[in-house]
Amino acid sequence: MNELSPTRGSAAPSTASSSHPPPPSLAALFVAFATIALCGFGGVLAWSHRVMVEERRWLTPEQFNETYALCSMLPGGNILNFSVIFGSRFRGVPGALVAIAGLLGPPMLLIMIIGVIYAHYGEMPALRRALTGIASAAAGLMMATVAKMAGPLFVNRRSIAAPLVAVATFVAIGIVHWPLPLVLAAIIPISIGISWVRL
Amino acid sequence: MKSGAGTLLTLAGFFAVLSLFSIGGGNSAIPEMHRYAVDVQHWLTDRQFADTFALAQLTPGPNLIIVALVGFHVAGVLGAVIAMLAMCGPTSVAAYFIGRASERFKGKAWHGAVSRGLVPVTIGLTAASATVIATSADYSRAAGAVTGVTAIICYVFRINPIWIFGAAALLGLAGVV
Repeated sequence: MNELSPTRGSAAPSTASSSHPPPPSLAALFVAFATIALCGFGGVLAWSHRVMVEERRWLTPEQFNETYALCSMLPGGNILNFSVIFGSRFRGVPGALVAIAGLLGPPMLLIMIIGVIYAHYGEMPALRRALTGIASAAAGLMMATVAKMAGPLFVNRRSIAAPLVAVATFVAIGIVHWPLPLVLAAIIPISIGISWVRL
Repeated sequence: MKSGAGTLLTLAGFFAVLSLFSIGGGNSAIPEMHRYAVDVQHWLTDRQFADTFALAQLTPGPNLIIVALVGFHVAGVLGAVIAMLAMCGPTSVAAYFIGRASERFKGKAWHGAVSRGLVPVTIGLTAASATVIATSADYSRAAGAVTGVTAIICYVFRINPIWIFGAAALLGLAGVV
C-alpha cells in the first residue's frame, strides 16, 4: 500500500513503474466502477481485478492484493471499501464519492425497477417457482464459496482454534439465530486473541 | 408497508448499526437482516426474504444491493435510498480514514493478528448466510437437490453463476423445484 501516495489531487503513484498511466480523472473513476458493478455479476472481485490491474493498469497485482486485504478487514462491503479507498487516493473526497456513485448508482436503479416488477407480479405462480429455483441455487453458490474459503482453515492442521471459531460462529448465527452484535462482541476478541498468542 | 417517519428512522438505524457488524462483506449480514426484517419487524415474510435475496443475486453489482430492495419493500424509493445510505455511509467514512492511515499501521504485529483472527469469523458468517437462505426458501427436496448440485458445480468448476441461475430458474418454471 505504501507505493500509493495518500495525498489528494495530484497524487500519482510515487514509485509506480513507467508503464502506469496518469491518475484517473473523476469521470474515468465513475466509468470504471460502474463497469465493475454492471459486469461483476456473481463476484465483483474478479472484475475489479480485471478492470483495475489488467485493463487500466491503475494498480499492480501486489497493490491490488494489499488494498483488497485491507478492505476485507474493514466492516462493510469489500468492493465498497475498495471504491472509497481507491477513489480517495487519486482524487480525494470527490474521488471517493464518484467511485461510490459509479459502483452503487446503476445497480440501485436496476434493483428498484426489479422491485416494482416484483411488487406487481411477485405472486404469479411461474415467477414464484423460478425465484425459488434461483434462491436454492444461490444458497448452493454461497456454500461453494464457504468451502473454498474454509479449505485452508481445515487443511492446515497447525491450529484447531480457527476451525472451532468458524463452527461456533456458524452455529450461533445460522442455527441458534442469536443477534449478530452480541455474537461478534464475544467471538471477535477471542479469535483475535488466539491469533495474537500464536504469532 | 407503512412508510411513516418512524419506519424510515428504524430502517436507517438498523442498517447503520448492521453495516458496522458486517465484516467480510455484504453476505455476512444476511442472517441478521433476516432475523430483524422477518422475525422482529415483520417487514417481510420468510418467503419474500428468500425472493429478495434471489432478486439481489440476479442484479449485477455488490452483494449489499439487497439492502436497497429490503428498503424499497418497506418504504418505496425513499426507503431504498435511506437504507443504502445507512448501510454504506458509516463504513465508507471509516474506510476513508483508515485507508489514509493504513501506511502507519502496516507491518505492525497486531495488524496480522486482527486480519487472521477475522478470517474464521467471516467464514462462519457466510456459512450461516447460506443456511438461512436455504431454509427460508420454499424448501422441497428438489430445491435441496438444486442447492447441493449448485454447491458441488461451483466448487469444482470455475463457471459464471448466471448459467446456473438460469438453469435453476428453468427447473423452477418447469415445476420441478
